[in-house]
Amino acid sequence: MSVLTTPAGIATGAADALRRRPGADVAGSAFKWLLIGATVFATGFLAVLLAVMIVDGWEVLSGNLWHFLTHGFSQRSAAEAGVWQGILGSLQVALVTGLFAVPTGVATAIYLVEYAQGSRFARIVELNIRNLAGVPSIVYGLLGLAVFVQTIDGFTKGKTVIAGGMTLAAMVLPIVVITSVEALKAVPDSLREAAYGVGATKWEVLSRQVLPAALSTILTGTVLALARALGEAAPLILVGAATGFMSFGDANVFETFTGPYTALPVLIFNFARQPGADWGVNAAAASVIILVLVLAVNGLAIYLRNRFEKQW
Amino acid sequence: MPQDTSDLSVADLRTSASRRAWSAGARWAFALAALATVLVSALIIWTVASGAWTFISQVAWGNLTEIGWFPRRGLFDLSTLLVNSAQISIIAMLVAVPSGFGAAIYLSEYAHPKVRKVMKPTLELLASVPSVVLGVFAISFITPSILTNFFDDINFFNKLAAGIAVGLLVIPLIASIAEDALRAVPVALREASSGLGARKVTTSIRVVLPAAMSGLMAAIIVGFSRAIGETMVVTIASGGGDTSLFNLALTESGGTITSAMAALGLGTDQVAGNNLAFQSLYFLGALLFAITLVLNMLGDVIVRRLQNKY
Repeated sequence: MSVLTTPAGIATGAADALRRRPGADVAGSAFKWLLIGATVFATGFLAVLLAVMIVDGWEVLSGNLWHFLTHGFSQRSAAEAGVWQGILGSLQVALVTGLFAVPTGVATAIYLVEYAQGSRFARIVELNIRNLAGVPSIVYGLLGLAVFVQTIDGFTKGKTVIAGGMTLAAMVLPIVVITSVEALKAVPDSLREAAYGVGATKWEVLSRQVLPAALSTILTGTVLALARALGEAAPLILVGAATGFMSFGDANVFETFTGPYTALPVLIFNFARQPGADWGVNAAAASVIILVLVLAVNGLAIYLRNRFEKQW
Repeated sequence: MPQDTSDLSVADLRTSASRRAWSAGARWAFALAALATVLVSALIIWTVASGAWTFISQVAWGNLTEIGWFPRRGLFDLSTLLVNSAQISIIAMLVAVPSGFGAAIYLSEYAHPKVRKVMKPTLELLASVPSVVLGVFAISFITPSILTNFFDDINFFNKLAAGIAVGLLVIPLIASIAEDALRAVPVALREASSGLGARKVTTSIRVVLPAAMSGLMAAIIVGFSRAIGETMVVTIASGGGDTSLFNLALTESGGTITSAMAALGLGTDQVAGNNLAFQSLYFLGALLFAITLVLNMLGDVIVRRLQNKY
């Protein structure tokens, strides 16, 4: 009996006839390998980048790391220079950035999602946020220079960590708002309705139910935004982060918030500008440090998000 | 409390005054924060516009078309900066678009879900590489280890290396937008194509790519805007931010809108010379703001149209 007598047999035969031998689809597999190549290039350069920086900065990383991490900037020689002022400054700037950007950003997101969804004002704010997200970072530097450093210098004391932090806060604000909006939108309405149903006011619904439910996602977005601020140099150069020699004098930690400061990426820029190979070693070593720092913070945030992503 | 339910009025069911006050107060606090984000935009526009106006109203117009960008000497040739910015951004696109789109097609059409689950966060991680590091990478690796093999007389600071490094920087952005666009194409289109006997490569190129075309265009536009606004890579790798003579050679150094801004901001040009040099910083900021705003809005409109399509 022929296999072509049953429908299943016909289908199998047809499929066999149509199936190409493995390897016959040359164009198809070539295309696939091209795509794999592009993907490897797109993601693999991070490994190349790290490797090059580690090799270039090996002299400092292997023999001199502790000195490098614990000493301030020196104009005299590359071997004496260190990055601790940059690390301290970056952490201080990130702290101020968080203090300004997180409350404002999360509150804006709450207003957009919980109070004004679809209203004209909300649409204006949303459009505004999307446009702000695309403004180049150096333009935020101009904002910081004209407004935070010069106009409200009574509050910021001029070119200080506070002015720098506020500038970066303006820069990361759209990121905080956008991630928080998504976190709040992911909270199901049944949660809100249940809370209203037992008589809670809007504020109680938000503070006791919605915010706790969205908190982990909001935190992740915030951490990603701060990591972005940690790696940013261009706006800080405009608002006066020190690019050359700088001394704290005998200022204590609190006084450093209103004195001269620098940041790790700004220091790297400064190392890279100096002529001579030994400064290049410093630039590479400092690049490894900032890469490890930024990638660790980011990786942790992305991991936590994927780990604790709620399925409603 | 009323003894009898017939005494209950609507007023009895209201929440206490303090709870209502809290709720109303919170609403105003949140609205105020939303207003603050609008204020940031307003301040940016006011800052760049007023500074740019000071520059435009005082500069001699002839100095805007000169032999190059020498702010200290009062020569503000805009074409030098615009051409350099365009050259570097186009090189960046030539690097970023093929690999970004390739990665996007692979992740959306070919990759096993497990591979995708690892690669998507990796791309996100790449987006966070600080731009100063890529600048250092350009002068310590791209130029000396790669480009010198192809160009004998390449300058240590050159636009080509800067463009390549900027390209590496925008790959994750382009890949991410492109992947979203590809995944927005309904599965039914792919199934219909396969049902007609098309191979996977045919389905990808002839069906999915055309269907996602507007989103892919948006990825290019937004990526280009990001490349134009990139500052540190160009400042470190292409040099010439302080002064820059007009030239078209990619193997030479050249200042862009952004690197000229960084150089002016560092104050090297404030020390002596033309008073207008510092004001030109705001003028360049206004120019950059306008260019990127137009590009981003264009990209945004296209993405929105795509979302409505399916």
